[in-house]
Amino acid sequence: MGLFKSVVSKLRKGLDRTRETFVAGLRSMLVGRKLDEALIEELESRLIQSDVGVRTTTALITQIRADYKSGQLARGEDVLEFLKAELKSRWPEADRTLHFADAGPTVILVTGVNGAGKTTSIAKLCSQLRNEGRTVLLGACDTFRAGAVRQLEIWAERLGVEVVKGQQGGDPAAVAFDACSAAVSRGVDVLILDTAGRLHTQDPLMRQLTKIRSVATKKIEGAPHETLLVLDATAGQNALRQAEEFGKAAGVTGIFLAKLDGTAKGGIVVAIREATNIPVKFIGVGETPDDIEPFDPERFVEAMFAE
Amino acid sequence: MFDRLSDGFNNVFRKLSGQGSISEKNITDAMAEVRTALLEADVHYDVVKAFCDEVVADVLGREVTKSLKPGQEMIGIVHRRLVALLGGDPDADPQEALKTLGTDRGIMKVSPPPTVVMMCGLQGSGKTTTCGKLAAMLKKQGRKTMVCAADLQRPAAIEQLHTVVEHVNKQFTQGPTVLFHGEPDKAAEYGKAVNVAVKVCQRALDEARQQGVDVLILDTAGRLHVNDELMTELHLVNRAMMPHHIFLVVDAMTGQDAVNSAKAFHERLTVDGVILTKFDSDTRGGAALSVKQVTGAPIRYIGVGEKLDQIEPFHPERMAGRILGMGDVVSLVEKAQQEVSEEDAAKLSEKMARGEMTMDDFLSQLRTLRRMGSMKQLLGLLPGVGSMLKDADVDEGQLKRIEAMIQSMTAEERAHPKIIHAPRRRRIAEGSGSEQPAVGQLIKQFDAINKMAKSMAGAGGAGRIAAARQMASAGGMPGMGLPMMKTKGSTKQAKRGVKQRKKRKH
Ligand SMILES: Nc1nc2c(ncn2[C@@H]2O[C@H](COP(=O)(O)OP(=O)(O)O)[C@@H](O)[C@H]2O)c(=O)[nH]1
Ligand SMILES: Nc1nc2c(ncn2[C@@H]2O[C@H](COP(=O)(O)OP(=O)(O)O)[C@@H](O)[C@H]2O)c(=O)[nH]1
Ligand SMILES: [Mg+2]
Ligand SMILES: [Mg+2]
Repeated sequence: MGLFKSVVSKLRKGLDRTRETFVAGLRSMLVGRKLDEALIEELESRLIQSDVGVRTTTALITQIRADYKSGQLARGEDVLEFLKAELKSRWPEADRTLHFADAGPTVILVTGVNGAGKTTSIAKLCSQLRNEGRTVLLGACDTFRAGAVRQLEIWAERLGVEVVKGQQGGDPAAVAFDACSAAVSRGVDVLILDTAGRLHTQDPLMRQLTKIRSVATKKIEGAPHETLLVLDATAGQNALRQAEEFGKAAGVTGIFLAKLDGTAKGGIVVAIREATNIPVKFIGVGETPDDIEPFDPERFVEAMFAE
Repeated sequence: MFDRLSDGFNNVFRKLSGQGSISEKNITDAMAEVRTALLEADVHYDVVKAFCDEVVADVLGREVTKSLKPGQEMIGIVHRRLVALLGGDPDADPQEALKTLGTDRGIMKVSPPPTVVMMCGLQGSGKTTTCGKLAAMLKKQGRKTMVCAADLQRPAAIEQLHTVVEHVNKQFTQGPTVLFHGEPDKAAEYGKAVNVAVKVCQRALDEARQQGVDVLILDTAGRLHVNDELMTELHLVNRAMMPHHIFLVVDAMTGQDAVNSAKAFHERLTVDGVILTKFDSDTRGGAALSVKQVTGAPIRYIGVGEKLDQIEPFHPERMAGRILGMGDVVSLVEKAQQEVSEEDAAKLSEKMARGEMTMDDFLSQLRTLRRMGSMKQLLGLLPGVGSMLKDADVDEGQLKRIEAMIQSMTAEERAHPKIIHAPRRRRIAEGSGSEQPAVGQLIKQFDAINKMAKSMAGAGGAGRIAAARQMASAGGMPGMGLPMMKTKGSTKQAKRGVKQRKKRKH
């Protein structure tokens, strides 16, 4: 059954053309070209179009130009390698894995702005953790948006896990409290808390997030062990503000970069890493629970320059 | 300190205004900053490039270099072009623009009814919520509306729309009840319900006709423009239903990719209107420009919150200012009008223009500002000062301390803060229970704000002049004088009252 499932999903993956970006080798606009001013300008345009942002792009381009002038970089491939090495050094492996509790349930708090992909990403995480043999419980702390609890429930039914939920319009911190209690009493390995989408400019809602967090901390030592910010890969420079504000209010420990299966590149995470040090841990590449992959800086760079 | 996009532009503005004449080189330099501002506002790279080239040509063609106030003229050109690109009339009188606020061509009427409106867009952009907002708007206009759940893919999407419709009917009692058409049994897992949506829509249309519905809104599933299967489905719905309006719903926080998705949707469907959502965030919203450029379709509405009445007609004037970081002056004026009497405001703005604001004026502005609600939201809207201060939090305690200091000043000191030298500073510090450097800081920054207000009132491109004029006549500039923020090198003050965002690495 498990084997069959993975074969089917591999097949499906092979068919999905958008996914190729992250699976197969990429043809890059940089390969086989001599480095010159024209290519450097093209490179700059590509970085900007990947949402890396003017400041970070300028910093990278300045460095590339200097290395080009000193003869260290001569071919397009060199630049690709340079950028890969650069990003890899910014994202050491250890930064990209999930933190688990030493003992007792691990709590993962999932946050982000409206419609970013939180609930779907939770389904993906849940599926992955279950595949690793862990038991999972979900907490439906989005008590606000119409249909939000039901959406999480449907995922839970499909994935065969349970959901702790509260009243529509009720206090999300109370749901978090109940979910933490249930996680402890049932001895599950991982509890994932879904939250309502909120804009980082909404102070009361950001404080509510802080409250959910502290409820978890009180119930379970060291919780939340991981606080993920789900970012929409199509987001532009505003994502930097999101990372900063959610970082402050919720102590974000990692980014889940959703919706990378389109043409958006999600380059803003580079600027975010620079400004806030928050690492990217996972990427979302579709709407099913299998559409999750660990973040790989090298492939991320390749995708940026893919043709 | 100047670390936000608008500031580059403000820099240019400051550099250029006041200069007698400028060279071609100046213009190119200035345009480089405009370019950065636009890129940081998420306007697409190619759109920015074309835009800047055109502006340079225009500026040189008009011999702005020989003009008396080249900077202002140039900024005027940039602003006007932006307004025009966004679908506005750059020559419109801002006073008129204010009056027409809230009017919109609305949803067309057809005979026989219903008018069919189809929503499309990427996942999570806000389609379902916007369906509810449009339904609420139509209900208030007395038009009988039906909403059809054609998203069979996202779990609980049908239920979500149903709940939204229930909320609309409960919250807005005026007008005919909004009807809902949904077929929950047709919902299926990803990829398994393709093409079923067409049938659901057709049945909704039949029902709508029977019920004498005036407007039928179709809420479709979100999809990526590169997903052929789903784009084809949308195309089929389009062919079967022949909607009168096709609205593309775009998240205002979208980055460079807005161009790609808008292009793809437009090629497949010929979008005839754009709705930008989540404008209540602090995004500059450059995607608006990209999408407008690509589709040519007018931006009809903007979503400004999750609640069902949080939808507004689109305003090119406001958007141009917002993208350029000049501040959404119109919004500011509206807010200000609620708080400040016209007379007071006019008096104050005159005073400020002369650089004669007193500490008392300043204090009363602070208090007004507190009353005016979310500080941050407001600061982002303010040109100049706003961009300097919006990264700082001012708390009640901070305001109290400033209040205490000002109250410890004599009447003369408040009227002429310049006379406050060291011994007076000491006395004020003691009287207010604060430290001397804090008092010094207050005075220094008060002075800076005063100077800036003066220079801003004295300068201005078309947009800026208009804004200033408008403010003077309509709402004054109640937000211009702002509480003492940390500037570079004033760590002490910062520790006491102001939480400053961690400084970014460069
Ligand atoms: N193509 C694609 N769609 C996604 C991805 N993640 C989420 N979505 C879709 O984005 C929309 C919003 O997702 P949801 O999880 O409800 O967002 P939330 O409001 O943040 O909880 C839904 O239609 C999802 O199917 C992804 O990685 N790729
Ligand atoms: N703050 C804010 N949130 C919005 C706005 N419009 C929609 N949303 C939220 O964005 C999320 C996704 O909206 P939804 O209508 O489900 O998007 P859809 O997937 O395109 O149908 C929900 O959490 C909505 O409440 C808006 O104008 N402002
Ligand atoms: Mg959700
Ligand atoms: Mg929807």
